[in-house]
Amino acid sequence: MTNTIVPLTMPKFGLAMTEGKLASWLVEPGQSVKQGDELADIETSKITSGYESPTAGVLRKQVAPAGETLPVGALIGVLADPAVSDADIEAFVTRFQAEQSTGEEAEGANSADTEPHQVQAGEYSLNVRDVGTGDDLPLLLIHGFGGDISNWLLTQDALASGRRVIAFDLPGHGASTKAVKDGSLVGLARAVGDLLEALSIPKVHVMGHSLGGGIALTLLREHPDKVASLSLLAPAGLEKAVNMAFITGFIEADRNRAMQQELEKLVHDKSLIGRKMVDSVMRARRLDGARDALRTIAAACFPNGEQGDDLRPVLDAAKVPVQLFWGEADEVLPVAGADNVPSSVKKHILPGVGHLPQLEKASEVNKETEEFLKERVAA
Amino acid sequence: MSKKSFRQAINEALRQEMRRDPRVILMGEDVAGGRGGTSGVKDAWGGVLGVTKGLLTEFGEDRVLDTPISEASYIGAAAGAAATGLRPVAELMFVDFIGSCLDQVLNQAAKFRYMFGGKARTPMVIRAMYGAGFNAAAQHSQSLYPLFTHIPGLKVVIPSSPYEAKGLLIEAIRDDDPVIFLENKVMYDDEEDVPDESYTIPFGEANLTREGEDVTIVAIGRMVGMANEAADRLEKQGITCTVIDPRTTSPFDEDTILECVEETGRLVVVDESSPRCNMACDISALVAERAFGALKAPIMRVVPPHTPVPFSTPLEKLYMPSAEKIEAAVKNVMKQHAREVA
Repeated sequence: MTNTIVPLTMPKFGLAMTEGKLASWLVEPGQSVKQGDELADIETSKITSGYESPTAGVLRKQVAPAGETLPVGALIGVLADPAVSDADIEAFVTRFQAEQSTGEEAEGANSADTEPHQVQAGEYSLNVRDVGTGDDLPLLLIHGFGGDISNWLLTQDALASGRRVIAFDLPGHGASTKAVKDGSLVGLARAVGDLLEALSIPKVHVMGHSLGGGIALTLLREHPDKVASLSLLAPAGLEKAVNMAFITGFIEADRNRAMQQELEKLVHDKSLIGRKMVDSVMRARRLDGARDALRTIAAACFPNGEQGDDLRPVLDAAKVPVQLFWGEADEVLPVAGADNVPSSVKKHILPGVGHLPQLEKASEVNKETEEFLKERVAA
Repeated sequence: MSKKSFRQAINEALRQEMRRDPRVILMGEDVAGGRGGTSGVKDAWGGVLGVTKGLLTEFGEDRVLDTPISEASYIGAAAGAAATGLRPVAELMFVDFIGSCLDQVLNQAAKFRYMFGGKARTPMVIRAMYGAGFNAAAQHSQSLYPLFTHIPGLKVVIPSSPYEAKGLLIEAIRDDDPVIFLENKVMYDDEEDVPDESYTIPFGEANLTREGEDVTIVAIGRMVGMANEAADRLEKQGITCTVIDPRTTSPFDEDTILECVEETGRLVVVDESSPRCNMACDISALVAERAFGALKAPIMRVVPPHTPVPFSTPLEKLYMPSAEKIEAAVKNVMKQHAREVA
């Protein structure tokens, strides 16, 4: 980069985000950075996350001061080569901000397309967020026990340049039907099959987290023809062990403070769990039927305090490409689950990460997944 | 999920609970507004401010009961119905009218569980409008929650937004004790995202609507919005506030207030009820007794003067707490360093 000026704008971490707070700058003006270096901390209503430099360069100007809340897309800083004059930087900032204020209406029209909507899948009404287009097969994201589409807030849009990426709330979760029938992995995998049918998608790449990983493996067993590849994040079904104290506490917590303590078990860096994240989980949990759904699923999937489904044979016999991520500090499903997997599985053990790799190490998970999916296209 | 007004949120809570449980009935003056008229229209108003509109049509006259203008009779009837198996929601219209039926609440409903050896349940809700700022003069503008909070055996709920109102009202209807549910009449058109499904918010857990390091603001009902506005303005000036909405004054979440004061060391309480023996006094006493050591400045109360609510618009405005008054109080406690002399 010689004369290029790179605008740094407020990122959009997922569906609900319309504005974010620039919590702090991690880089001073004049400092050189590499691509991927964290430039600032961005605080949203769900989570605090690092803002990574899109490219190498020098941070020339911090347009927004720390502590300021800005709409998504607003200019927060400028990256450029030292050769670019200060006057050019100032001119760029003025021009960018002027263009942005005229373009605001068009932006608003776009975001409507990415709003979640209800899709009838068999007997379930599922809350689905469908973004991106491309020639590649679509990617389906299956969240874990007690989660919802917001678990993919750092994943879905990041992987949606060049392909369709679909996230949805499982039955009993988020804004989907609260009924879950027997709550078994087979039943949940059937609901996923019905969703693919409803969306007229014959084949997908599947990414599953935790229980969603177990559902993904079950889907592969029941419908091998529908699954093009598997990306598993700390999946269920590979070990007996599961932290039942967490499962029970997470279902039954009826005060924000109790829920905060449970959510902290999901991550290695406890400061990731903010008040607003706790509040949004509690809002979902307070809906009539939400707790009962989780109780039913827990009873079906974790009978006698351990995992009831053994999906190792499915993984061992998998004829599709598989990648596996597991946080070394996972307190919910121990990282031992990643031991003794077939050598064909592309394995990533992440140090200093808990049970939510897609949020705790979003950039790494996204980068590896992008490569993994591109190799599939090439092959 | 869609944007709903405070009025719609309450209507939806009533409708969903009446669908779920046939024992839930409504009673009150004009809850099926217009029935007494000669126009032939059955549900012309749905209460004086339209909150119960449409419920008569859906649930019929057996479950939506228009009562005579006799608070003592229908509040008493609601208490009796609750004691014998129904789950009545009685609307008192303006909370000021409690004067006409206080015995039914104070000496009857609130005491049943205690007088009958814990065997009686009184699952009744009394809904009522409270608050000044509506130009409704002294007999229709009071904020009487301290009166109910003073009576053991009652639960007292004061929602601060549409989301809060729906979840807290459903919780109130499912609760087995008498609940006083107070709706600020100025807030009926306030809007926010409210889930379409039923949900409950537990009593006795305060909600933090802002988090900061310098000052704790406790605010009740409509005052929460004003406190948030003040906190947002103060943040731009470098002062960050925690805003606590207690949600219910009985039961009362003391722990959250004490914990936040331990962190910030400063307390401002915003209460629109008359200043003597109100919640601001109660909360100040709690903190003085149990968190005195944490205080860096005297506690400040943002409350109206001890006088009936004025009818005159300029005087009523002067009477009310406001975001500006809260902002000034926070700046005041930031200036004071009471304990530096020690």
